[in-house]
Amino acid sequence: MIGLFCEEPMSPFEIPGLTDYSPSALDSFFSAILTQFDQEAAAVHSTEAVEQLRIRWIGRKQGLLTRVGEVLKGAPPEARREVGMRFNALKFAIEPRCDPEQVKTSGPVEDAIDITLPGTRRALGAEHPLIRTMNEIVTVFAAMGYSVGLGPEVETDYYNFESLNFPPGHPARDTQDTLVITQQERKPLRDRLLMRTHTSPVQIHTMEEQPPPLRIVIPGKVHRNDELDATHSPIFHQVEGLCVDTNITFSDLKGTLDHAMKAFFGSSVKTRFFPSFFPFTEPSADVQISCIFCGGRGCRKCKQSGWIELLGCGMVDPAVFAFAARKQPAYDSSKISGFAFGMGVERIAMMKYGIGDISQLYSGDMRFLEQFR
Amino acid sequence: MNILSQWIRSYVPGLAAADRELAEALTLRGIAVEGVFEVGEVGNGSLFEMDITTNRVDAMNHYGIAREAAAIVDRPLVSLDDMLDDTLLSPQSRTVPVKVSIEAPELCGRFTTRALSDVRIKPSTGVVAERFALLQQKLISNAVDATNYVTLAMGHPTHAFDRDKLEGGIVVRRARSQEKLRTLDGVERVLDQEDLVIADEKKAIGLAGVMGGWDTMITAETKNILVEAAWFDPATVRRSGKRHGLHTDASHRFERGADFNAPPLASALVSQIILQAGGFVDGEMVDVVVPEALARTARRPPIGLSHAQVRRMLGATEDGRGVEQETTESVLKALGCSLQKVAEGDYQVTLPSWRLDLEREIDLIEEIARVYGYNRFANTLPGFSGMVNEVGDARKDTVVRQTLLGLGWNEALSGTFCSATDAVTFAPQPGQAVAMGNPLNEEAGMLRPSLLPGMLTMLAHNLNRNVSDVQLFEKGTVFSGNPERVDERPSLSLGASGSVWNGPELPAHAIDFYDLKGTLEEILEKFAARAFYFDTFAAGAGLIPPWLHPGRSARAVLDGLTVAWFGQLHPAEAQQRKLRQTVYLGEIYLDRIYRLPLRNPIAPELSRYQPVERDFSFIFPDAVRWQSIAEALQNLRIAELTRFTPREIFRAAQALPPGHYSILVRVTFQALERTLREEELLSYSQAVIAALESLGGRQRA
Repeated sequence: MIGLFCEEPMSPFEIPGLTDYSPSALDSFFSAILTQFDQEAAAVHSTEAVEQLRIRWIGRKQGLLTRVGEVLKGAPPEARREVGMRFNALKFAIEPRCDPEQVKTSGPVEDAIDITLPGTRRALGAEHPLIRTMNEIVTVFAAMGYSVGLGPEVETDYYNFESLNFPPGHPARDTQDTLVITQQERKPLRDRLLMRTHTSPVQIHTMEEQPPPLRIVIPGKVHRNDELDATHSPIFHQVEGLCVDTNITFSDLKGTLDHAMKAFFGSSVKTRFFPSFFPFTEPSADVQISCIFCGGRGCRKCKQSGWIELLGCGMVDPAVFAFAARKQPAYDSSKISGFAFGMGVERIAMMKYGIGDISQLYSGDMRFLEQFR
Repeated sequence: MNILSQWIRSYVPGLAAADRELAEALTLRGIAVEGVFEVGEVGNGSLFEMDITTNRVDAMNHYGIAREAAAIVDRPLVSLDDMLDDTLLSPQSRTVPVKVSIEAPELCGRFTTRALSDVRIKPSTGVVAERFALLQQKLISNAVDATNYVTLAMGHPTHAFDRDKLEGGIVVRRARSQEKLRTLDGVERVLDQEDLVIADEKKAIGLAGVMGGWDTMITAETKNILVEAAWFDPATVRRSGKRHGLHTDASHRFERGADFNAPPLASALVSQIILQAGGFVDGEMVDVVVPEALARTARRPPIGLSHAQVRRMLGATEDGRGVEQETTESVLKALGCSLQKVAEGDYQVTLPSWRLDLEREIDLIEEIARVYGYNRFANTLPGFSGMVNEVGDARKDTVVRQTLLGLGWNEALSGTFCSATDAVTFAPQPGQAVAMGNPLNEEAGMLRPSLLPGMLTMLAHNLNRNVSDVQLFEKGTVFSGNPERVDERPSLSLGASGSVWNGPELPAHAIDFYDLKGTLEEILEKFAARAFYFDTFAAGAGLIPPWLHPGRSARAVLDGLTVAWFGQLHPAEAQQRKLRQTVYLGEIYLDRIYRLPLRNPIAPELSRYQPVERDFSFIFPDAVRWQSIAEALQNLRIAELTRFTPREIFRAAQALPPGHYSILVRVTFQALERTLREEELLSYSQAVIAALESLGGRQRA
């Protein structure tokens, strides 16, 4: 409905009066009306304005022409033929110019708009770079047959440490400073609640729930009692994977991660493996990829080495299978084998998007987030 | 830990590789060299900055790394026994040896002492001084340096006591309750009964495996020395170190499992260095061995290894032959194992005393893979015939997230913890927030019961930096419960402030309550609820969450469950947080929404007949809410009234009486099977007008 709440009044135009119906009086009457119309029509350039012009002049109820007709009703019979002809001529002159189709084709030059102004944007929200990276990694493994596994952020000591072959008092526990829930001291160690320090507890939960074969990829948030600096945060994210079946080998682990890294970073990426230590895998390995910035020639990002360290992995330690077998006897390490791997999402996202300060990821800063639309 | 390449080379004379090649080869075999630096003048070789994994205590010294290098290049390793000077070490007198008794045999497996007399304490010289200089290690005195040098050389920590300060024989025992010991760092420590101490007959003289005592330390006046070299239970050393906040080179090694056979050699090497400046060995070395500890360590039974198992675990190699039997044998021998073949491809493997980390067949398989070289294995992909299962709420998560992104909300992540005050203000249920035992800081004492404290922190972060247009959401876990049991639920927070600008010819849109409400409507309509509505409570009833403006907030109810609270932040809360701009926020309890399935769209039957739109322009008193108008129209029960919307609302316009607003209600009439007649439309319109007038509305001219 145009004009219903339109606060802007139309320019006033009083239809001139007619004292007599002589040709000269009619001449000046009709020419005054046409001049007014010409003026208004000249100012009209948009379809909407033409529509307003049409309603004002030839609208059925309130149109000016209707009111002109009313004025002319007072004509004496001998003048009616003359008046009728002149009125039809006026209509004929006005009507086409109130047709939006006519106007459009008549003035394309005057209709031109400033196409250099910015477009009307209804901006999408930005994906968080961490969630985006995590989803991309999960997608790569989903395509290789891995289902997503999830688990709680508050864990027991048993699932976070003991069942992953970190025995009580073991020095390997020192490498994962733990945030603990209050008032746990009276409980047996294995029942004490803590913030999980890695996503690996989900491996145990999943094995307890499902017999082999198993392929899961585990994205999640983890916590450690670490000081915040440019590259470390007490809160961070991991993606972990586990594959168990009969006859899974170390070369399968190598091939799987090599394939996944190529799928994620591009087919020219190379991987190399070297020995490492994790309590829950044996043999254990750290994996480096050829530097994605310089292609391995050496640059500032890879500290001139040509390689970037990206993930940890290994063959599932038989002791871990033994813990899982307490609930799922099928995890018998004489019959099955498997591998596990894990990576830090922050590190990958920071590298991929050139993020220099990890705390930006947790600041909610719009200027930062908007880059990821 | 820093290592000198020339020192390694002194143990592997046949080592031809250049320093950088050696570093690379070691790294690829798991003895990680993090940095290679040239030291001193040309010919001094390199300094390797090492990162040795916690399981490889045997490689935390030069000889251990030399052993690895020898295995990799297949060259002989010098025997340390051959480096001993028998003349210097043979006893020159026959005084009664110091009596040693181990009173806690489960904590101390071996204890040796060697008495040195007429020694001369002076600065170190020769190779000790040279190598310490290259390592930038501080020189103290020949006796103290000797123990440190031997630790660096072959890894076994030792200790030298001033023998003249000892009262009677040596006792290795648990500390007495409240017993005091001033350690070498000058700190007086109150010991625990679980601490293992080295004592004489009167007093404790050292915290076993961690640090020696102050009173018996070597000084410039020391004339006679007692060299201690022992083996302690790893867990005991670790607990003592933790208890007293002490982490030393000695404890680092003992708590990871030292070499049970090393003490006599370590003692000899230390003594030899000290004696080079004068003095003699006084009496035979005392060596007390606990048989049970010996059986657990150096004499532990051999373990079985099947070559078939090696091949089963490791798989294909790049040369296509897999790991061959001779590789299995040669690698393990080079690492100090002895193999006894019990059948073709089956071995009994006797383990070296310095590798307590080797306990099982899989440990040996790892050693074979490691020394063979990980990168010589092929890349293969395991076969797979299963299917990929979706986690329960994955689809719902995706739908909610895509909806929010599509509506212009930016995805954010905030901290997992909040302050105790915020936990009280924002928790959906009182008294359910869980405290941390060792919080990161004071402001992070609680597990967040709500995502809103984090959301407000993020909003403030932006507003404080003059970023005034903000629209954020966070999906995350919230926690409730108690120290016995912590429940985790998925939650969603929204936070917004400022305005949305779409283009230069459009007015900027100021974000308000209805933006949040509209977002909630979009989300909730994705789920197959029987009913959902918004409502609120009387301002004084105490039912509105304290963080919300009582007149500008609402809750969403889905099938009878409260699923969200949202609206304008309470002005008091905003003032306290010094937020200069009006902030809108809300929390959606995803676990409750996720109980419902996603809605399946159903195509409607479309009418072939023309719809008729009628606009009704009314003036209402402010007290008449849209909900009453909507109900009044619904209650007309006109089947052909297919749709009605509040198209436009004007408040506080000059033309309106005070306390009134004007509303344009657009109503659509349409029948499925016919064209509506003029008189029907007229009667429907009259019914609509009557219904609106009955609410106190007045139709505008």
